[in-house]
Amino acid sequence: MVTTLRDMAKQIERGMSIALPVDYAGVSMAMTGPIIEHGAGDLHLICVPTGGLQVDQLIGAGLVRTVETSAVSLGEAGGAPRFNDAVKKGSIRVMDATCPAIHAGLMAAQKGSPFLPMRGLIGTDVLRYRTDWRVIDNPFADDPDPIVLIPAIKPDIAIFHAPVADRFGNVWIGRRRELAAMAYASTNTLVTVERIVEESLLLSETTAAGTLPAIYVTSIAEAPKGAWPYGLWGEYPTDTAEILRYARAARTAEGFEGYMQTGLMEPAI
Amino acid sequence: MSAVLPREVLICAIARLLDGVRHVAVGASSPIPAAGAMLLRALKKKAGAPLPRISILGSVEHNFFTNGSAELFDCAGQGRIDAFFLGGGQIDGQGNVNLVGAGDYPGSTVRWPGSFGSAYLYFVVPRVILFREEHTPRVFVDKVDFISAPGVSADGVFRQGGPYALLTGKGLFAFDKEVPGFRLESVHPGHDLDDIRQSTGFEFAHEENPQQTALPDAETLRLLRGDVLDELTETYPAFAEQMRKDHELALKACEVVS
Repeated sequence: MVTTLRDMAKQIERGMSIALPVDYAGVSMAMTGPIIEHGAGDLHLICVPTGGLQVDQLIGAGLVRTVETSAVSLGEAGGAPRFNDAVKKGSIRVMDATCPAIHAGLMAAQKGSPFLPMRGLIGTDVLRYRTDWRVIDNPFADDPDPIVLIPAIKPDIAIFHAPVADRFGNVWIGRRRELAAMAYASTNTLVTVERIVEESLLLSETTAAGTLPAIYVTSIAEAPKGAWPYGLWGEYPTDTAEILRYARAARTAEGFEGYMQTGLMEPAI
Repeated sequence: MSAVLPREVLICAIARLLDGVRHVAVGASSPIPAAGAMLLRALKKKAGAPLPRISILGSVEHNFFTNGSAELFDCAGQGRIDAFFLGGGQIDGQGNVNLVGAGDYPGSTVRWPGSFGSAYLYFVVPRVILFREEHTPRVFVDKVDFISAPGVSADGVFRQGGPYALLTGKGLFAFDKEVPGFRLESVHPGHDLDDIRQSTGFEFAHEENPQQTALPDAETLRLLRGDVLDELTETYPAFAEQMRKDHELALKACEVVS
């Protein structure tokens, strides 16, 4: 259960689908280096529901075949340079979605259902290009009422970062319930945390409500400041200057290589 | 106090567009809409009126959701969100929004981040304010290259929401879904109808002499430059810093002139 970042990265196999959280929910940036070092490629990334720095870096490292996402950007630092370049070159396939559709797909998997219906989407090019989605007529309506069905999304692995886990593998996710949604839907879940505590998080009602139980967690590893340069809720703010620095460097493939090689994967604590 | 900055005109226009909402949601990369919502709340507070709820995605301070990033969309689907903002790499005269890219999809010549929640929220949120500072023919096009979210829907398609207004760096438009199309409501200081016509790639309705966008009074400006900017810093540090620098520059310019 408790392991190292490198050993966790080894669980990723070529061609797997990997769910990664939105930039403010708890991105395991600490895993980015080990994943790249491990080198399993041809990955299908599922951004829950959007991607940022980590997705851009995995694309820049050439490990990604497909990105299923509602958006990829660096937020205030602008567009995601390696993602944008890969789209232009056609070197990755993008399955453009919309945020609630990603949530709907995970929710379907969480419930063991084949799909979930959702409003919106009709008349969009998002729907037009998602040939894996379907439109049916609402069987409960008296009048014609088209509605979109989103198939279950079942990632092979979910990877995220959280403040605390206990030594039994229970992980405190607070109000970031999308982390639980990712874990419910995924076959395996790898979690890095700021610290591992001795006492079970399930012993207190206060922490139990915000805890993802170990049944959904495959491995945990300690990684202090593991979301850096992203922030982690309740722990530390985003290092905007560092993300801007990356955004500038990664405008070119060479600049990206340089950034990734100069040991900048370590947080300035 | 220095002259009103162009961005302050926008923030104040947003606060007016939001008047009356119970709950407004703001996207993760939308500092000006967030500032407008915060300004409205500060004005309501001062007037002793009921305060609008503000949900800013990515903020800890200004976000009361406890069910992860899905809750915003669930909340909107339940009819609990009255207003939301959408930008767009391209916006056309029918109110269609493109957040995906220019050119032929999928090999877009220019790729933007993606549709985010637009393909859903545009359908369910009653007052969607289209906001884009850059007012050029490359943004305001005759027809978008990719429809992330459509301005109007065919009869029989579930539609409770849609475009309410379009605010740009040059002017403010209202949307009429019956046409469907935009109508120029007012022009910001420093711009005129000709300028807007030349900068807009689609046809729009307008008065012969459109009025100027209303400017904030001194008290509104004080709130904006004080409490609102402080509040904004938590979620949009780089933007708030830039606003402060702009004020200093404007103040220095005033000193030089006087």
